[in-house]
Amino acid sequence: MSAPAQTRLKLPASRDDLARLRLGDAVYIDGVVYTGREGVYRRVLEEGAKLPLPPEQTGRANFHCSPAASAGDGGAYKVGGVTATASFRFAKWMKEWFEISGANLIIGKGGMRARDYRELFVPAGAIYLTTVGYGTGALLGRGIRRVRDVFWLEELGNAQAMWVFEVENFGPFLVESDLSGNSLFEREGARINANIESLYRGLKSPALGRFGETGDRTDEVI
Amino acid sequence: MIAYRTIEQAAFQLMEKAAIDIPEDYRRAVAAMSEREQGLSCFVLKTMLDNYAAASADRRPMCADTGLPRYYVKAGNDARIEGGFVALEKALRTATARATKSIPLRPNRVHPLWRTDPNNNVGINAPEIDWSFEPNADWLDLTTVHKGGLFGSDYRMLFPGDGIDGIKRFLLDTLVAFGKRGLACQPAIVGVGIGGSKDACMMLGKQAACLRLVGDRHPDPKIAELEGELMELGNRIGMGAMGFAGRSMVADLHIEVGHTHTGGMPVSVHTFCLSSRRATVRIDAGGARHFRDDPKWFSDYSRRETVE
Repeated sequence: MSAPAQTRLKLPASRDDLARLRLGDAVYIDGVVYTGREGVYRRVLEEGAKLPLPPEQTGRANFHCSPAASAGDGGAYKVGGVTATASFRFAKWMKEWFEISGANLIIGKGGMRARDYRELFVPAGAIYLTTVGYGTGALLGRGIRRVRDVFWLEELGNAQAMWVFEVENFGPFLVESDLSGNSLFEREGARINANIESLYRGLKSPALGRFGETGDRTDEVI
Repeated sequence: MIAYRTIEQAAFQLMEKAAIDIPEDYRRAVAAMSEREQGLSCFVLKTMLDNYAAASADRRPMCADTGLPRYYVKAGNDARIEGGFVALEKALRTATARATKSIPLRPNRVHPLWRTDPNNNVGINAPEIDWSFEPNADWLDLTTVHKGGLFGSDYRMLFPGDGIDGIKRFLLDTLVAFGKRGLACQPAIVGVGIGGSKDACMMLGKQAACLRLVGDRHPDPKIAELEGELMELGNRIGMGAMGFAGRSMVADLHIEVGHTHTGGMPVSVHTFCLSSRRATVRIDAGGARHFRDDPKWFSDYSRRETVE
């Protein structure tokens, strides 16, 4: 397999822009993105707080991320590294979040279940981009031109606050899901699963078993 | 007498070095794997190499997830510390808070129940400080490790009859479960703790992952051989970085053992990630600081079997 195709994506992205992306493409972003994870979801979706920005000012791009940032002299923010956090934990908020935020791009770590793409992302016309590595904190930090705003810093703390970043050549990210709900991780997982049974062949089971949700090693635990 | 100020400054420098500069032994391992991999898995490893270079050039953290920054302290039996061990702990806590603001590091440490964030990576039992001692020495070795911790570690009580098969199955279970989608942020330096009490088993495996260089082998030749065998098994899963098809799951695998209950064989597995952050300094009796890559945490003395 060859190296991924590389592409620049201007935000907010149109449906046509997203339709052009293929699973496994490497994407670099220009425009605005914002961070939002469980703290922001709870505040908006469970406590009813109003989103501080209209959708058109958010780049329609929700980054599952907590930056390493601190307030410098004169109130400007210094952003060091930027790394995503695992997204599967946030699936339960996504349906409502798409409706309220107008997001069509979710950026994070590790993607969500293929079923979530089909049931939540496809109806919203949204796709998922995964960070690379994980932990390209320095490369992504370089792509942040400016902290445009930060909301709920006092209430939610640095890690959970809603940070709005102006970004340029921000990446790389890999296209994990497309507009039809296909998943790169699911495709790769299927290749690996083909080999798993042979790894365990000949290894006897332990004397004491364990309760658990799955004993099938081709399952995912997310 | 080693001055308080010297210790605080050294600990601060360690925080910065660990957060920004990838250890050379691990970087070389990733570079070598990137030559063997293809496609997506290769792209991920090459991007990580770019990231290490960007972090060092810009003096910014390689990964925004600071993990749980913590310390390992090895004190020579004859080391003298201004203010004693309480002052040493204060120096490490002070340096952690100072580094969090000035590097900056992400303030990751929150109260486990109330989720309140003091914004300085310091709190109840945080940062953790592990202690060990060395005879016939008057220096102080400080190591910091910044390791994430949501995915990739597990513990299981096995029994003597389960044998090496049991260890292999448990290792495979852990690597397969957390390797999918790259939740473990592999390729990892895998640490396997075998024996001890439950807590010692976890501690030994964690230290095996975080405090030995890639390429290091256990001094017991039979354990060294098992390290190689388990590493090969991990890379036979067919999984690479981010859970893409490939052969770069395990950068190296280290085993540490402790004498254990006659009826049991507890095992723990830990994965030190693509941002394997560690840094070590020796402060000699005169207060001079000598930075190095190798924590040298395990010694003949620390692994001794005899009464003395």
